[in-house]
Amino acid sequence: MNLNRRTFFKVAGAAGAVALGPAKTATASTSDAVVNAGRRGVLVDATKCIGCRACEAACSETNALPGPAMLDDAAVFAKPRTMDTRTYTVVNRANTTGAAAPARFVKRQCMHCVEPACASACLVRALDKTPTGPVVYHKDRCLGCRYCMVACPFSVPKYEYESALPFVKKCTFCADRQAKGEAPACTAVCPSGALTFGKRDDLLEMARERLYAKDSGYVRHIYGEHEVGGTSWMYLTDIPFEKLGLPADLGTYAYSSLTQASLAAVPFVLTLWPPLLMGIYSFSKRRNDIEAHGTDRQQEARHE
Amino acid sequence: MNSPTAQALPERGWINEKIFLGMPFWEYLRSLATPGNFVAGLIMAIGVPLIAYRFIFGLGAATNLSQTNPWGIWIGFDMLSGVALAAGGYSLATAVYIFGLKEYHPVVRPAVLTGFLGYLFAVLGLAADLGRPWNLPVPIFLSWGGPSVMFEIAWCVVLYLTVLGMEFLPPVFEWLGWPKARMWAVRMTIGLTVFGVMLSTLHQSSLGGLFLMAPTRLHPLWYSPFIPAYFFISSIAAGLSMVIVESALSHRAFQSRIDHHVNIDKLALGLARGASIVLFAYFFIKLQGVADGGRWSLLNTGYGYWFLLEMLGFILLPSMLFAYGARNSRITLVRWTAAWTVLGIIVNRLNVSVIAMNWNVPDRYIPSWMEVMVSITLVTIGISTFRWIVNRMPVLRELPEYHES
Repeated sequence: MNLNRRTFFKVAGAAGAVALGPAKTATASTSDAVVNAGRRGVLVDATKCIGCRACEAACSETNALPGPAMLDDAAVFAKPRTMDTRTYTVVNRANTTGAAAPARFVKRQCMHCVEPACASACLVRALDKTPTGPVVYHKDRCLGCRYCMVACPFSVPKYEYESALPFVKKCTFCADRQAKGEAPACTAVCPSGALTFGKRDDLLEMARERLYAKDSGYVRHIYGEHEVGGTSWMYLTDIPFEKLGLPADLGTYAYSSLTQASLAAVPFVLTLWPPLLMGIYSFSKRRNDIEAHGTDRQQEARHE
Repeated sequence: MNSPTAQALPERGWINEKIFLGMPFWEYLRSLATPGNFVAGLIMAIGVPLIAYRFIFGLGAATNLSQTNPWGIWIGFDMLSGVALAAGGYSLATAVYIFGLKEYHPVVRPAVLTGFLGYLFAVLGLAADLGRPWNLPVPIFLSWGGPSVMFEIAWCVVLYLTVLGMEFLPPVFEWLGWPKARMWAVRMTIGLTVFGVMLSTLHQSSLGGLFLMAPTRLHPLWYSPFIPAYFFISSIAAGLSMVIVESALSHRAFQSRIDHHVNIDKLALGLARGASIVLFAYFFIKLQGVADGGRWSLLNTGYGYWFLLEMLGFILLPSMLFAYGARNSRITLVRWTAAWTVLGIIVNRLNVSVIAMNWNVPDRYIPSWMEVMVSITLVTIGISTFRWIVNRMPVLRELPEYHES
C-alpha cells in the first residue's frame, strides 16, 4: 500500500514537471499599436498595373534567378501562371471577358501575412515572421516536411523536388534590402504606380482615400486588410477579386488560431492524465489484491 | 552427434544459441530458405535500392509529389496509418497495467512490439519523405517551433518511440538472460505506461490536428474542428483491431512459440467488444461533425458517397459485426472484421491526407510505383523484424522462470 502511494506521487510529480517546463504559448496578440507602427507593406492597385512585368525582371535579378521568360510577349498572359522555385513573383492577366472589359493585371507573390500560417506550421521556425513584415526562411533549419505548403492559404511556398538537397523557395520581401533601408526590388522599378511600398498603416489610409474618393469605381474592399488576420501585401481593384485569382473564401481569422484549441489541450493532458491514470491504477490494484488475498481484515483474521 | 560443420564453429556458442536459434550456422542458413523469406527478400531487393535512388536523385525523381500535392502516401500510409495501427501498444498496456485487466496480459508484449516496430517504420518512412532528414535533431535540440502542431508530434513521437523501446526491455533481458536488469525494467512498467498514454493522447490526436491548418484544401466532409478527436478515438479502434489480427496471424505462423494454455479466441472476443464500442462512438462524433458544419447537402455528391462508404462501410458496419461476433462467439467473423477495420483506418487516413485533400484542384496526386514499392518494402522489413524477434525472444509466451502470479 505504502509503495503504491509512493509510486503514484513519483509518476504524477514527474509528469507535472514535464507539463510546467516547455509550456507552449500562442503567438502574442498583434493588435499592438507599437508593433503595427513598424510594420511595412505594399499596396497593389490593380487599376494601375499595365502588365509590363518589370517587377518580375527586377525580382529575378535581385534574387539571382533566371530571368522571366517571354518578357515582351503578350502570349505569356494566355493562361494564369503560378510561382515556382525559380519564380518568386508572377503577373497574370485577370479573367475579364467582353470587349468593353478593361485589361486588368495582378502581381502575385508571398503575401507576408501578419500572422503567417506557414510560420505557425513550421516545427523548427525555419519560416519566421520578422517584426517589420517579411516572412523569412532560415534554410539551415529546414527539415523539408512541406507542412508550410499544406498550411499556406495562398499556395506560396514551393519545393525543390528535383534536388537531392532541396529547400523551400518563396518571395523574401527583399528582407535584406529592407534592412538596408531600401525598398523591395519589384516596388522600386514599378513604372506605373501600381505598387506602393511603405508603412502598412499608412498604406491602409492611402487605400481608403482611393476607395472613398468620389466615383472611384473601386470594389469597396481592401484585400489583405483582414484576410487571414491581415497581410503585408494588400490589393485594390475595380473588378471582383476572384477574377484576379485571389482566393475569396479565406475568412478573417489568422490560421494560427485554427490549431490553438488543439495545442491548448497539451498542458491539460500532461497534468490531468497522470493523477487520473494512477488513481485508476490504485483502484484496480486494490481490487486485484482483494481478489487474490482477501480484504485487510480477512488477512488479519487469518494471521491471528 | 556433431556434424562436421558444427565443429568448425564454437559449439553451442552464444551466437548459435541466441541468433541462429540453436542451430549451427549452415543449418540456420538452410532453414531460412522458405517461400516467405524468398518473397520478402525479393521485395527488399527491389525496394531498398529504390530508397537509395530517392536520396540520390531527390523526391521529384522517385515520387509523384508536386507543388500542389506536397504530401503523398509516405505521409498518408506510412506515417498516419502506421502510427494509428501501432496504437495497440498503449491501448493494451493501459488495459492490463492501469485497469488491471490481467487476462489480456498474453497479448501485451506482441502489442507493444507491434507498436514499437510500427512507430520505428513510420519514422523511417517519414525520413524517406523528408527533404532533409538529417535535420531531424533540429526540432529536438536546436530550434523550437512552439506554436506548431508538427513540433508537438515530433517530440511526442521521439519520446514515445523511446518509451515503447523501454517497455519492450523485459523480454529482451529475458532473452539475454539478465534477470537483474529485467527486474529494473519491469519496475518501470507503470511509469512508462502512464507516460505512454499521455504521449499517445497528444500525438495521435495531433496527427489529425495537422489538417486543421488546411480548411480550404481538405474536403469539408473530412475537415472538422473535431479532427484531432477523430484521429485519437479511431486510433484506439485501430490498435485493438490490429492486436486481434496480429494475434490470429501469430498463432498460425509461430506454432512453436506460443503458449497453448492461453485462449486467444476468448481474448479476441473481449477486444472485439471494446472495438465495437469505440467504433460506435467514433461513428457518432463523425456524424456530429457533419451536423455541426451543416454539411448534409454535400453527402449527395461524389465525395459524399465516398464519405458515406467510409462512415457506413468502414465504421458502422464493423462496429455492428464486432458486437454481433463478440456476443455470439463468432471468432472468424471477429477476425475478418478486425482486418476490415484496419483497412478502414488506412482508408480514412488516406482520405484525409491524399484523397479528399486538394479535392477542388485539377492537379490530382496518384502515387508513383516507386512510392508504392517503398511503402511495401518498409512493411515487409517491419514484418521480417517482428518475425526475427518473436522467433528469439519470449513475446508470445512467458518463460516459466519469470512467471508472475
